Amino acid sequence: MKIHFPNSAFLGNIDPFLKSIDASNPDCLEITFNNRWVSAHPLTLSMVASLGLSLRQRNARITCEPIVAPSRNYLIRMGLFDFLGQDPGATVTAREPAGRFIPLTNITDDRELSRFIQELAPLLHLDKHPEQADAIKYVVSELVRNVLEHASSSTGSVVCAQYFNKTNRVSIGVADAGAGILTTISKAHEVASDVEALKLALTPGVTGTTARPGGTEANAGAGLFFVKSIAKINREFFLIYSGNAAYKLKKTPAGKRIALFGEPDRDAHSMMQGLPYWQGTAVGIDIALGQTQSFQQLLAMIRDVYRLDSARDKMKTKLRRATFI
Amino acid sequence: MTGEYVTVMLFELVGEFAEDKNKAKEIREGTILPAIEEGRLVVLDFDKVNSATQSFIHALISEAMRRKGASALDFLRFKNCNSIVREIISIVVEYMQAPPQSHNGNGG
Repeated sequence: MKIHFPNSAFLGNIDPFLKSIDASNPDCLEITFNNRWVSAHPLTLSMVASLGLSLRQRNARITCEPIVAPSRNYLIRMGLFDFLGQDPGATVTAREPAGRFIPLTNITDDRELSRFIQELAPLLHLDKHPEQADAIKYVVSELVRNVLEHASSSTGSVVCAQYFNKTNRVSIGVADAGAGILTTISKAHEVASDVEALKLALTPGVTGTTARPGGTEANAGAGLFFVKSIAKINREFFLIYSGNAAYKLKKTPAGKRIALFGEPDRDAHSMMQGLPYWQGTAVGIDIALGQTQSFQQLLAMIRDVYRLDSARDKMKTKLRRATFI
Repeated sequence: MTGEYVTVMLFELVGEFAEDKNKAKEIREGTILPAIEEGRLVVLDFDKVNSATQSFIHALISEAMRRKGASALDFLRFKNCNSIVREIISIVVEYMQAPPQSHNGNGG
């Protein structure tokens, strides 16, 4: 595979980056960089790091063009070259990452995930944003657990995050080199393509573990829908890429009323088809720290989506409520 | 119901952010389901738990509702829930009674 880091690859303009991936030879990896500047969403770093881990596990060849752009130090501190097993040609004095970023981290089991989530909020200095901290922890927990439970990834999950002062938002990337959404969701549903698999995976109530409504004792098929909803209520991007397809939730313009939908087709989005094949799944999301909709408001809206969906069917009996004391 | 009850202090088991589904499974299999089978009330105390994921709450209570239907709620009490935890519990309780129907699964 060949991957080139352009000067800019964020969720809004990531399409050329994804399309430029050369997946013709999956048994080696060649990385190149823009000579002048590299500014990239954590999603791109998690993808490349995950790919690097997977290839190194197979003793495949990885080559990395010497990077001359000034952003080299950033990529070093994020740990990209460690994951690739490459010498970046320079060293940087590691500074305490608190307040700026969470370097690339490989998570392979529940204990590592729990520890990572505990450290996440302090590292990003989110003490003044408790609700957004909860949203970020929520996103990371659901996305990484998806990998651990469903992806059959021998290298687990790779995650990293970055706080951007200019836009006052946290960007998160989670990637794996596992089975991919199509394979996973096909265990319980008839699915013909990556596009269809992505849509199903984003639909509340759909899980790869069963076709039974309500899911299993462990899975309800709601995780990705919740994560997409968190992005939407933040008026931010969300992207999921697996196989040959990627679904990108577009930003909801300021001033436009936010509505959540169970069917991902109803959201303003772009569906990229025929992309270079990504073995596994990669998810990127942005979360604004200055957003005004609370996490509780989001949950109330999600609850309405479920209610509407049920009402559409045949639910006429009154639902019982939990007893809170 | 026997009149006896068992209390689960969630914070001591899962911390302030309840997301560990394996812990939820342990609580479900080790405490909730056996207690309900014996006709005992289960008090799930969320004191000091700031937030939870839907996946955690689902793993905690959905199987009881699948086995007993909505009558499982007769055996469950949710104590000291903040507004976020309360909302997530309500979502799970509702969709377990009326699951989403908008997909085209092949297994019924």
